Amino acid sequence: MADRHPLFIPLVLFGGLVFGFGLGFSHMARPEVVLNFLTFDDLGLLFVMFGGSIVAGLAFFLAPRLRSGAPLTGRPYGRRLKSFDRNVLIGGSVFGVGWGLSGICPGAAYASLGVGNVTILWAIAGMFLGAYAQGALRSIRADSSTAAPADD
Amino acid sequence: MIAELLGAGTAEAFFPNGIARYAVGGVLVGLATAIIYLGTGIHAGASTFLESTLSYVSDRSRFQQARFVTSRDWRVVFTLGIIGGAAIYAVTFQSGLLQSGLYTPGTTGELREVGGVTVWLTDVQPWRLFLGGVLVGIGTRIGKGCTSGHGICGVGSVSRTSLVGVVTFLIVAIVTANLVAAMGVSP
Repeated sequence: MADRHPLFIPLVLFGGLVFGFGLGFSHMARPEVVLNFLTFDDLGLLFVMFGGSIVAGLAFFLAPRLRSGAPLTGRPYGRRLKSFDRNVLIGGSVFGVGWGLSGICPGAAYASLGVGNVTILWAIAGMFLGAYAQGALRSIRADSSTAAPADD
Repeated sequence: MIAELLGAGTAEAFFPNGIARYAVGGVLVGLATAIIYLGTGIHAGASTFLESTLSYVSDRSRFQQARFVTSRDWRVVFTLGIIGGAAIYAVTFQSGLLQSGLYTPGTTGELREVGGVTVWLTDVQPWRLFLGGVLVGIGTRIGKGCTSGHGICGVGSVSRTSLVGVVTFLIVAIVTANLVAAMGVSP
């Protein structure tokens, strides 16, 4: 972390600002708009998803053809590929119930705080609690399966 | 164009707020992802922040993985950026300081004036936000991504795993939201 390029953090901050502005401008930071989309009252959110993935996809497609690695990190340009297993279906389903119940997802929840929606802190607290619960459970399972001697 | 294909009135029925603000917002979200990717080679999703930030306070082995510990500082910056960017939208377009033909103000929730800035508050009940948040927090971490990780970065990468993930949570969310609405829970 110490040998990071001096522009790394400023670039991440700038990217975050554009990301958050986009979520605010599109109204995706409003749970009501997401719920209206899921109940087919306003399908505009399709344009957020497709617009976003097409623009990002263009960058993912073109960058590896123009340069071998990223200027600030030297990381090779690659695609975001995750292995498929049943966790994708289980986790996706649990996520779907939560998203459909509340109208919030992580990025939109952070942006919602930015537009002044302090009520969204309920959702952010919930997300941290959920992320902690699954992480703690996985840690206990992993620790007991490796049967490492307890030294703490 | 879509209206011409489907008959007059269809666009108004499915897109009562037009599509401009959605398309502009989506392009900006994609642009933000592209900016970070072009500079760093990183696919920045929003939900890893939850676990990487928990690594600051929890010694659990799951959170202490190198991928969380080494990225936790810039993920905090990314999230603060998202909050800040949305705040810039709030003081400009939400407050009416800037106007554009591409921006349609909404009718959802409640607008309040606080020190010259128009803030927006949701009407969705806290128990829905909290319970939904818990499930989103569990689901996104087990399912390897959220609407930005799978939806923007994964779909943009034409990842089959992400496409399956997006179709899964989209269908389940549509069923859930319609069930909740049918049970009369509003807002």
